[in-house]
Amino acid sequence: MKKISKSKIKHFLLGKSFNDGFFGKISVYLLLIIIGFVYLFPLLKMFAYSIKDLEDLVNPTVQWIPTKLYLENYRISLKVLNYGVTLVFSLLVTLLPAILQTITTSLMGYALAKFKVRGKIIIFAIILLTYLLPVQVYMIPRYVLFDRFGILETAWAIILPAIFGQGLSSAIFILIFYQFFRMQPKSLDESAEIDGASAYQTFMKIGVPLAGPAYLTAFLFSFVWYWNETYTSSLFIGSDLYTLQLKLFNFTSQFNVTQGLSDQALNEAIRYSATILIILPVLLVYIIMQKWFVEGIDRTGITGE
Amino acid sequence: MRKKNLNRRTREELVAWSFMSIWVIGFLVLTMIPIFTSLYYSFSDVILSGEGIIVTFNGFANYAQVFSSAEGFNFLRSVSDFAIEILFKVPIITVFAIIIAVLLNQKIKGRGFFRAIYFLPVIIASGPVINQLINQGAATVPLVEELGFIDLINQTFSESIARPVANIFSELIIILWFSGVQILLFIAALQKIDRATYEAAMIDGAGVWESFWKITIPALSNMVLVSVVFTIINLATFSENEAIQHIKTNMFALETGFGFSSAIAWLYFLALGIILTVFFLIFKGFSKDRRRR
Repeated sequence: MKKISKSKIKHFLLGKSFNDGFFGKISVYLLLIIIGFVYLFPLLKMFAYSIKDLEDLVNPTVQWIPTKLYLENYRISLKVLNYGVTLVFSLLVTLLPAILQTITTSLMGYALAKFKVRGKIIIFAIILLTYLLPVQVYMIPRYVLFDRFGILETAWAIILPAIFGQGLSSAIFILIFYQFFRMQPKSLDESAEIDGASAYQTFMKIGVPLAGPAYLTAFLFSFVWYWNETYTSSLFIGSDLYTLQLKLFNFTSQFNVTQGLSDQALNEAIRYSATILIILPVLLVYIIMQKWFVEGIDRTGITGE
Repeated sequence: MRKKNLNRRTREELVAWSFMSIWVIGFLVLTMIPIFTSLYYSFSDVILSGEGIIVTFNGFANYAQVFSSAEGFNFLRSVSDFAIEILFKVPIITVFAIIIAVLLNQKIKGRGFFRAIYFLPVIIASGPVINQLINQGAATVPLVEELGFIDLINQTFSESIARPVANIFSELIIILWFSGVQILLFIAALQKIDRATYEAAMIDGAGVWESFWKITIPALSNMVLVSVVFTIINLATFSENEAIQHIKTNMFALETGFGFSSAIAWLYFLALGIILTVFFLIFKGFSKDRRRR
């Protein structure tokens, strides 16, 4: 009896291989937690600082837990960012491009996955090239073109490329849809064709409904990347129409414009609270849709050969 | 039956092109023509006037200006900084992503929770947010600076190498933040490995360490290449990257303008191509080396 229990304990503690046993498990958890803490350190610090008042900011004994919950920083940031109005515009140049880009790239992915096209390899090469070629190379002529169209400094400058599948990381989404549509059984399309459905009907009635996960994943990533994009948006929508991200980028001057005459000086707590307000919308989306982000890459089969 | 004269093959192709037409039109008008126009601009003097823009061909003048002016020098320096930084960042990010992926692939509770945590930075890492974190000093582990690590780097290396290397240490956490997508890619690759392979290796007497190097790492090798390319492109187009900032600021600068900016954009693409090629060759060398053994 004693012998059995001894080996059982040994088994329990050390396991058959390193990750089965108690010690192995504990060290995996410990590593994940410690690395996770360091990894999230900037975020945690930002949250802690954003609710500090001036006294807590200068007090070296107050590190992580402020003595009281101080929300004045957020009130100031909301005002400086002109949060409500800016949020609406930000959503306009984030949601619309994300939806439109998802639709166009899905059509492209579907065509490449389902039909025989001569020169398909060349089309793939071009798609890959558009991924490797940084937008900086062709943004100046685009700027000139948009100027000629008269859409500079309007939301159209962001929406137009998205409509035509030339937006942010469009190439990645085409590949996601290509992989996903390729995995759908061919027999379904064939039986639809026998029943007299046209290619477009097959796409609408079979392709799209079965590709829900791919659509959701593509849309979510598109949404987040558009939200975070500032390089081209600062060039194309410029100085009058600000998104939240661009306001954060120019936070000091924004602060001086709105708060310049008050005695409140700009400090890091206010900056942090503004940063949190900027990430809040995507953070909420992430908390709700977390599973779709993390499992999306797997589910769409982008990692397949 | 009126389409009888078209054979099936042609019809299929027409349908395919109708699906692709929106993208194709967009590519031609918004990407391909701009690419060639930009190439033309880079060899031209581009002047903005009231009536529009005047483009006059001037050969290699813009490129000559890059190598002879202060603006050009600043750009070239930021590109070389970027190249040195990326030589360090790519291995750091790749190794970190593999370690986290292997840890997350264990049979543990709360896997979904940990995965969500490690992916979180991808969601929020925009240029301005990262900029704020770095400027407020939240990007580094306090220990790194307190131990005088950065001073040590500044003393040991020459200025042109010390600057980018010191940068890496002062932004170490933020660099790790760029590994979220790669972690998921590696997890997906790990899950494709058949458990039986490990069991067979164990029966043959292989330890955990040996299994890791002989089974896990080879199975990940293709994904390493994907991850490296993604990392380089991701970092190269990140909005706070100094090199691409030059392209934008020079567009409207008095001494330079669209022509000069187009020229440095193309030089940047060239540099990116060289960096990608170098990493590709390194990768090829490694996988060949492993096969020989």
